[in-house]
Amino acid sequence: MTTLLSVEGLTKAYPGVVANDDVSFSIEPGEVHALLGENGAGKSTLVKMIYGLVRPDSGTMTLDGRAFVPSEPRAARASGVAMVFQHFSLFEALSVAENIALGMEDPPKMRDLSARIAEVSHAYGLPLDPARLVGTLSAGERQRVEIIRCLLQDPKLLIMDEPTSVLTPQEVEILFATLRKLRDEGTAILYISHKLEEIRALCDAATILRLGKVVASCDPREKSARELAEMMVGKVLHQTKSAGQEMGEAVLSVRNLSLPPATQFGTPLSDIAFEVRAGEVLGIGGVAGNGQDELLSALSGERKSGDHIFLHGQAISRLGPTQRRHIGILSGPEERLGHAAAPDMSLIENALLTGSVRENLAKNGFLNWPRTRAFAEKIIETFDVRTPSASSAARSLSGGNLQKFVIGREVLQRPEVLVVNQPTWGVDAAAAAAIRQALLNLAASGTAVVVISQDLDELMEISDTFAALNGGKLSAKVPAAGLTVDQIGLMLGGAHDMEVADDHAEEALHA
Amino acid sequence: MIRLEKRPNPSRLWTALTPVLAVLLTMIAGGILFAILGKDPFEAIRTIFWDPLFNEQFAAFSRPQLLVKAGPLILIAIGLSLGFRAGIWNIGAEGQYILGAVCGAAVGLAFYPSESPFIFPLMVIAGALGGWAWAMIPAVLKIKFGTNEILVSLMLVYVAEKLLASMALGALRNPEGGGFPGSRNLSQHPGTDNPELIAGTGLHWGVATAFIAVILAYILLNRHILGYQIKLAGQAPRAARFAGVNPNLLIAICLGLSGALAGLAGLFEVSGPAGQISIDFNSGYGFTAIIVAFLGRLHPVGILLAGLLMALTYIGGELAQFMLGLPAAAIQAFQGMLLFFLLGLDVLSNYRIRLTGFAAKGAS
Amino acid sequence: MGGIDPVVLIASLMVASTPILLAAIGELVVEKAGVLNLGVEGMMILGAICGFATAVETGSPALGFVAAAIAGAAFSMIFGLLTQYLLSNQVATGLALTLFGLGLSALIGQGYVGIKAPNTPRLDLPVLSDLPIVGPILFSHDAMLYVSLLIVAGVWLFLSRTRGGLILRAVGESHDAAHALGYKVIRIRLMAIAFGGACAGLGGAYLSLVRVPQWTEGMTAGAGWIALAIVVFASWRPWYALIGAYLFGGIVVLELNLQAAGVKVPVDLLAASPYLVTILVLVLMSRSKSRAALNAPADLGRSFHATA
Repeated sequence: MTTLLSVEGLTKAYPGVVANDDVSFSIEPGEVHALLGENGAGKSTLVKMIYGLVRPDSGTMTLDGRAFVPSEPRAARASGVAMVFQHFSLFEALSVAENIALGMEDPPKMRDLSARIAEVSHAYGLPLDPARLVGTLSAGERQRVEIIRCLLQDPKLLIMDEPTSVLTPQEVEILFATLRKLRDEGTAILYISHKLEEIRALCDAATILRLGKVVASCDPREKSARELAEMMVGKVLHQTKSAGQEMGEAVLSVRNLSLPPATQFGTPLSDIAFEVRAGEVLGIGGVAGNGQDELLSALSGERKSGDHIFLHGQAISRLGPTQRRHIGILSGPEERLGHAAAPDMSLIENALLTGSVRENLAKNGFLNWPRTRAFAEKIIETFDVRTPSASSAARSLSGGNLQKFVIGREVLQRPEVLVVNQPTWGVDAAAAAAIRQALLNLAASGTAVVVISQDLDELMEISDTFAALNGGKLSAKVPAAGLTVDQIGLMLGGAHDMEVADDHAEEALHA
Repeated sequence: MIRLEKRPNPSRLWTALTPVLAVLLTMIAGGILFAILGKDPFEAIRTIFWDPLFNEQFAAFSRPQLLVKAGPLILIAIGLSLGFRAGIWNIGAEGQYILGAVCGAAVGLAFYPSESPFIFPLMVIAGALGGWAWAMIPAVLKIKFGTNEILVSLMLVYVAEKLLASMALGALRNPEGGGFPGSRNLSQHPGTDNPELIAGTGLHWGVATAFIAVILAYILLNRHILGYQIKLAGQAPRAARFAGVNPNLLIAICLGLSGALAGLAGLFEVSGPAGQISIDFNSGYGFTAIIVAFLGRLHPVGILLAGLLMALTYIGGELAQFMLGLPAAAIQAFQGMLLFFLLGLDVLSNYRIRLTGFAAKGAS
Repeated sequence: MGGIDPVVLIASLMVASTPILLAAIGELVVEKAGVLNLGVEGMMILGAICGFATAVETGSPALGFVAAAIAGAAFSMIFGLLTQYLLSNQVATGLALTLFGLGLSALIGQGYVGIKAPNTPRLDLPVLSDLPIVGPILFSHDAMLYVSLLIVAGVWLFLSRTRGGLILRAVGESHDAAHALGYKVIRIRLMAIAFGGACAGLGGAYLSLVRVPQWTEGMTAGAGWIALAIVVFASWRPWYALIGAYLFGGIVVLELNLQAAGVKVPVDLLAASPYLVTILVLVLMSRSKSRAALNAPADLGRSFHATA
C-alpha cells in the first residue's frame, strides 16, 4: 500500500514565533497516527495547514501520491480530508442537520440528510436527533455532530483535535471503539492529544512535536507513558503534593443552590450542596458544559441567589463580587481573556480588576496607581510571569503567563476561599505545574480551595476530596485518594446515551 | 497582498497620530470634492482652515466664534465619550440639548420680568435636569427591558424637535412678539442672559463649563475607579461584571451624565448665542459632537482639540459659503468624511499592516 | 371621522410603508449575516436624491430606481470596506455613514429642490384594478410597490430554503465556525451589506419619486432609523418585517388623516406619534426576549479577523 499523506519540511512562522519548523511525517491508510505535544508545540498550526486553513511558508504535502496544496478547507474536504475541531465549528442556533449540511460539499436535500444522520449516527453508536438545535446539546453530543459530519463525507483521513476532552472515561472507550472500527474500514486517523495513556491505547504510530519541531517518531505501544512524556516535555516535571495537613473547620458551605441558566443555551444548576474546610482542596470534575461556569459565577458573586451560600455560617448569597472579595472569597474564571482579565488593558490595570478592595488600591474611589503597579509587579515576580513590563497589555502574554498572573493575583490576596475554574486549561506544562503548586501551597496555609476542572488527572493530583458535576447537579463529595477512573467516570454520568458501534455501521454509511 | 496583523500592545504613537493623519487626508479628499464642485480646492481649504483665524479682515469676528461654537461641541462630546467608552451609545444628544434649552428657558421666562441674580443659576439647574431626564428615558428602558438605547435616544430627537416647535409656537411664545414664533430674547434681558465673560473672546459660561468638564473628565478617567469601570465595561463586559461593576448603574450614570451635559449646552446656547427658543433653534451640535468625540479619541484633551477644530470647520464653512459660494452641505459632507478617515485609520493603533510578498505565494 | 375613506386609507398605507419596508428588509439580511449597519438613514437619503436626480434627468422613474439601488449599494461599500477590512467599530461607522449621507445628499440635491419628479405610472391591470374595494387597495399601485413585496418573499425564500441562505445565517451566527469550515466570511458579509445598501437606496427613491414626490433636504426624517427598529420588531423574520412596516405605515397615514380631519389632539403630539410608537414597540419587543433571542444572530455587530 502507498502512503496516504506525507508531509515534507512544513514551516510556518508567525511574528515572534516559529509555529512549525521543518516538520515531516507520514500516515499510512488505516493507521491511527498520534500527533503528540504539549500546549503551544504547534499541533494546531500543523493540522490547520493540512486542512487548508493556514498556508505553509514552505514545505510540501503529498496525498495519495499526488501533490496536495489545499487552498481552503473546501479543497481539503474534496480531497478526502475531514476534521473534528476542538472548538469553533458549530452553530448553536442552527439544527444538527443544518450544521452537518454546512460542513458538506454537496449535501442532499434536508429531509434525506436528516434520515441519513439518524441512521449513520445510530450505526456508529453516536445517536443524534437531526432536528435539535445544537445549542441544546451537551459537549459530548456536539462532538458527535462533528464526527457524523465528517463520516458522511466518507473521508480517507480524519483529523481529530483533542476529542476526549469533552467525554467521560466511559464515553472515551466507546469513541475508541468507533475509531478502531473506522480504522478497520480503511480510514486513516490523525489523532491530536497530550494524553499519553489514550495514545498508547489507541494509536499505531506517533509523531512528537516540541516547540514546533518534530523531536521523535515512535510506536507508542512500545513506549511507557513516562518515556512519551519525556519526549514531549523534554524533562519530566516533578509535582510535590504538600504533606497532608490537618483540615480545619468548614469555611464555605453551599446548600440547595439552584439557578436558572443565565444564557439561552446555559445549564441550570440544581440543588447543589457541598462544604469545603480550611486547608482542603475540593476537586469538582465534569465534562464541559455541565454547569461549571454557572457554579463559578454563583460562588464569585457575579450571579446572586437566595440564601444558599454561607461563609462560616453567615449567608453571603446576596453579596456582589466586590463584597465577597472583601470577606475573603476570591475566584478565577475559566476564560482568561475577557473574563478574568481585560485583553487590551495593562497588567497594572488588570491587577486593579480584582485587587482594589483587599490591597487598598483605591481611597474614596480615587486610585492609587503607584500601589497598584507595585501589586502588579509583586504578582509578576512571585509567579515568574514572563513579560517585558507591568505596562504590557494582557493580550500580549502567552496563555501560561497570563494564567499565572490571574491565579497569582488571587493567591497573593490571601483568600479564605479560592474558587478556580479550569486553572491550567491551554497552559504549557511548566506553568501548569507552577499553578497547581501555588494552589497546594495556598491550601497548606489554611485556605479552602475549590478547583473546578475538566482535567481528571489534574484533579487526582491535587484534590483531597472529589465531587462530580453532571447536568448541573453535583454528586456527594468523596475522598480523592483511591478513586479509580471507572468510578470517576460513573460519577460523571457514565456513557450517557452512547452505544458501541454496531457491525453494520459501514453498510449504513454507504447505504 | 496586504494583511493585517494584530499588535501585541496597542500603539500609542499611532493612537495620537491617526487624528492628524485623518485631518490631512480629509483635506485632500475635501479638496477633490471642492474641485468637483468647481471651486479652487486650495482657496477653499485656506478659507476654511486659515482665514477664520488669521485673515485680517475676518479674524476679529471669527476668532471669538471659535469658542462660541466649540463650547457646546466639547461639552456634549465629553458626556458622550464616557458612554461610548463603556459601550453605551447615546446618539440622541441633539434631543437632550433641545430639552435642556427648553427647560432652562422655561424657568427663565417664568420669572420674567424679574432681574434677580438667582434666576440664571436656576436656569442652569433646570437645563441640566431637562437634558438628564430626556436621556434617562432610554436609560430606564434599557435597564428595565433591555431596549436598544441607540434607537430610543435617536427617536427622542425627533420627538424633542416636535416639542421644540410646539413650545416656540405655543407655551413659550413671546406674547409681545406680534404673533411671530419664538420666545422672548433671554440674552438681552439681565438675569436670564449668559453674557460674554471676557469681551472679544467669545468665552461665555458654557465655554467655561466645557473647560471644567474636560478637566473633571480627565480626572475621572485617569484617577477614579468609576472611570476605570467605564473603560473596563467597554473593553471587556464580562470582566467588568467579574470585577463587581454594576452594568445598570453604569448605564444610568453614563446616559444621565451625557444628557445633563447636553442639556447644559442647550441652556447656555439659548441664553447666550442663540438668545431665544425658536423652531430652528437646534443646529446639529448633538450630532456633530459624536464626530468630535471620536476625533478626540474619546480622550478629554483630544476632545478639546477636536472641538476647536470642528468649530473651525463650521466658521470656515460659513466663510467659504459667503466668499466662494460653497454650499453649506459641503461642510457637513466634509465633517462626515473626516469621521470615515478617522475610523478607517484607527486600525493602525491595534494592527500592523504587512505586505506579504511572493515567497508565500510560491509555496501555496 | 367621517372624512376618512378606509379604502383610500389602506391604499395610502401601503405607499407610506414601502420605503421603510424596503430599507428594513435589506437591513434584515445584513443583520442576519452578523453585521449591524446603522447607516440605513444615510443610504436611504442618498438613494432618494440619486434616484430623484436620475429620474429628472432621464425622465424615467425606472432608471431612477436603478440608480438609487446602485448608489445605495456603492455607498454601503464605504461601510463594508471600513468595518470588514479595516475592522472599524460598526456602530460608529454606521453613524458616520448616516452623517455623511445627509451632507452628501444635500450637496447633490442643491439643484433639485422644488422640482417635481416625473410621474411613476401605476399599473393598470385589466379586470383586477377595476374590482371594487380590492381593486384600488391591491391592484392599482406602481410597480415598485409590488417589487418590494417580491423582495420580501425572495428574502424569506432565500434565508429559509436555500443553501446560500443557510450559509449567510451561519456566518451571522458564528463567524469563527464559518471560517473554520472554509466559508469566506468577509466576502459573504460584503455581499449582504451591498444588498442592504441597494434596498435602502430603493426605499429612499420610493420616498422621493412616489411617496412625496419631491426632493427636500433631510426628507427621510428618521425613516432609516425606524427601519432598524422594524428589524428588531420582526425579530429578524422577513414576513414580520412586512407586518411591522405596514403597521407603522398605518400609524403614519392615520396620523396625517387625523391632522387633516382636524381632530382635537395637539398637532405636535400627532407628529411625534410615529417616533413614540416606535419606542413603544421596541420596549414591547425587548420584554419578550426569549422569543427574539433565537432569531437574533449571535455574532451581530462583532468584527471578524481571521487570526490563523
